[in-house]
Amino acid sequence: METYTLIVLLLAATIRVATPLLLAAMAGLFSERSGVIDLGLEGKMLGAAFAAAAVSATTGSVWLGLGAGILTAVALALVIGYACITHRGNQVVAGMAVTIMVVGLGPTLGLAWFNLGGQTPQLDGAGQRFTGILWPWAETAREVPLPGLLYAELLSGQNLLVYFAAALVPFSAWIFYRTRFGLRLRAVGENPHAVDTAGISVNGLRYQAVIISGVLCGFAGTYLSTAASSGFVRDMTAGKGYLALAALIFGKWKPWPTLGACLLFAFTDALATRLQGVALPVVGVVPVQFILALPYVLTVLLLAGFVGQAVAPKAIGVPYSKEK
Amino acid sequence: MSKEPAAPPSTPDAPPALELCGIDKRFGAVHANRAITFAVAAGSSHGLIGENGAGKSTLMNIVYGFHCADSGEIRVQGRTVEIGSPQQAIAAGIGMVHQHFMLVENFTVLENVVLGVEGGALLAGGLAAARAELGRLARDYGLEVPLDAVVSELSVGLQQRVEILKALYRGAEVLILDEPTAVLTPHEADQLFAMLRRLRAQGKAVILVTHKLREIMAVTDRVTVMKQGAVVAEVATRETSPRGLAEHMVGRAVLLQVEKRPAQPGAELLSVKALEVRDRLGVARLKSVSFNLRAGEIVGIAGVAGNGQSELLEALAGTRAASRGEISFGGRDLVREQLDPRARRALGLAHVPEDRLRMGVVAGFSAADNAILGYHDAARFNRGGLRDEAAIRAACAAKMAEFDVRPPQPELRLAAFSGGNQQKLVLAREIDADPQVLLIGQPTRGVDIGAIEFIHKRLIALRDAGKALLLVSVELDEILALADRILVMNGGEIIGELARADATEEKIGLMMAGVRAEVSP
Repeated sequence: METYTLIVLLLAATIRVATPLLLAAMAGLFSERSGVIDLGLEGKMLGAAFAAAAVSATTGSVWLGLGAGILTAVALALVIGYACITHRGNQVVAGMAVTIMVVGLGPTLGLAWFNLGGQTPQLDGAGQRFTGILWPWAETAREVPLPGLLYAELLSGQNLLVYFAAALVPFSAWIFYRTRFGLRLRAVGENPHAVDTAGISVNGLRYQAVIISGVLCGFAGTYLSTAASSGFVRDMTAGKGYLALAALIFGKWKPWPTLGACLLFAFTDALATRLQGVALPVVGVVPVQFILALPYVLTVLLLAGFVGQAVAPKAIGVPYSKEK
Repeated sequence: MSKEPAAPPSTPDAPPALELCGIDKRFGAVHANRAITFAVAAGSSHGLIGENGAGKSTLMNIVYGFHCADSGEIRVQGRTVEIGSPQQAIAAGIGMVHQHFMLVENFTVLENVVLGVEGGALLAGGLAAARAELGRLARDYGLEVPLDAVVSELSVGLQQRVEILKALYRGAEVLILDEPTAVLTPHEADQLFAMLRRLRAQGKAVILVTHKLREIMAVTDRVTVMKQGAVVAEVATRETSPRGLAEHMVGRAVLLQVEKRPAQPGAELLSVKALEVRDRLGVARLKSVSFNLRAGEIVGIAGVAGNGQSELLEALAGTRAASRGEISFGGRDLVREQLDPRARRALGLAHVPEDRLRMGVVAGFSAADNAILGYHDAARFNRGGLRDEAAIRAACAAKMAEFDVRPPQPELRLAAFSGGNQQKLVLAREIDADPQVLLIGQPTRGVDIGAIEFIHKRLIALRDAGKALLLVSVELDEILALADRILVMNGGEIIGELARADATEEKIGLMMAGVRAEVSP
């Protein structure tokens, strides 16, 4: 294979891996900028993945699946919100609790409903999955070396959720920095007292942020089970929620840098997959476990070494009460 | 500070800008506000004074909609209004400048001002309109602030201006300021007072909540004194005096200025040479500080909070490492030997920390345990390797009796005591060890007037007993009342030294603002 074909395929894989990561990171962005730590990302995604696959398999409509995924993730987000915002509970504990609950609940319900060892049925019917959308002349363009291949492999042929995720970044940036809602959201994560004295409901804003996080997690989970694969598998998020959180921190809680972090993490993941079983110069074939650990090793190194300057929203993790 | 005559209310019969009628509020067993009634006319300024816990803050929080009164009425321009949230207070034309600023530090001034009144779902239009309106307000009231500066980069005085602008931008006719000068230099405070007079002249009603008598005398027309949740006096400011107000606040005659004889300084007990402290980022917080302390004198360190005083105290006490320099005490160099706070205490260097709750006590422990913190290994508190509970309790009871700590219950949790009584206990603990040098930071922060008098007397008694005291305080009055020699800090340096006899508020104020003694007029 020619080098640039290899690179283009690597980039295509990056996009596939980056999509759920980006959706989850944007979800976390809304929640955390409002001051609520989003350790429930993993659980909300996993719950949505299960609900989307189950509904899509039962009804035959991936759109109903998406709806179910969003509803499930929002419901889980509201559980976290109720515990952390209304009752000022510990945000880390609430998020972890929801994640742990879903890890067990998904396969259990799956077993009860479908009797397939905790998985959902294979989504192979028409309209049961989000599939790639071919752009005009994609096949023709493939013949043109580099630009054509990029058009055919990267721009064209992705599914709707990928385009949605890509559009989400500029849209989020616009929301955060150009709208009233964004101003208030950023304020409530920095100094909720200022927001309260300005006559705006702190809890109301945080609930809105948490619900948005739920909706976006719904998209992320749906992508995993109905676009990236065809059905729900136990633990299919495989730590992506936490990786998204790491990307969010590496991206300093800002939309565009977070996109960069997601792409970087996704690229190492794609590279790792590509490197499996390949004999490298000097070291020979690297054990597959080592290669699979690569993205996470990179995460630890990046978070330890390169984000020293990252300043978290000041009020993050602190339940709001009027008394100082 | 000259006092200008108050602008008279527009018409004699105009209803008051704000009127409180029988405001009553209970928190459980605590009766925080008892039938509070007073009125503030438009174009006048009204002082609300009282000790900590007198119910001032509760009352203002009710007016601003943070709490709901159990009974009573609030009237604005003669109309009864329902205020259940800050939003309703703002709508009624009430603005509040809180003691802890309600600003988003990483926002610009403009963003802070429009937060909550953005004027549309998209920011661009609202921000442009706000910019024009703020320009007008700045001209009318002399409130110039760089609108595009990030708030965290502004001085505290400017941040306070932003808060005032916020209130005016929301159309406040009644402006409440809660302890507005706590964080200002004397010069900034004067600027604030000038601003408040301008607001008053333009017909706003200003309410100044404070425990500082000087401010009341400087800017208010009338003053309401609160004690234990009730109004105990309401007088015209020109018909009263600081002494009269203090008596109302405490309920008995108080000495505002503690009597003391001139100092008789003896031998040098502690000397500091070229002391330097760097923070975690390597920034010098203390730059080549040198001074000495002699037996039988109180040296006061004046300065705006955050100019190195805390670092100096901590470096001396041993809770923060010095990067260079020398601290000689008892024939040893504390810096070179890197003695820890405990070893320094054992040598006779006691420390009453600035932040009592964070560094001086464990609020959840009993008073008895707090009274031996740091000295808990002393032989008299232990028997056979275990704590000697009876001795600990007896020692605490003795300290409580000597320092008039109320209630005198050694087993009570420290958090249940008032700030003044906590501080008395800490002071008792440190004095009990018979130190040669006492480092004391903000001795009367959060302490009521009655206790201030007591604490000041004890500190002077300690000085007269031949000890050396280093007093760090942001309250200039306190420095002037106690210190025999005054060092002024600015930007991590000692910028000047004054004998008490030469010190005036103006001289110290200039130095606090960074003007060196040599160039001041």
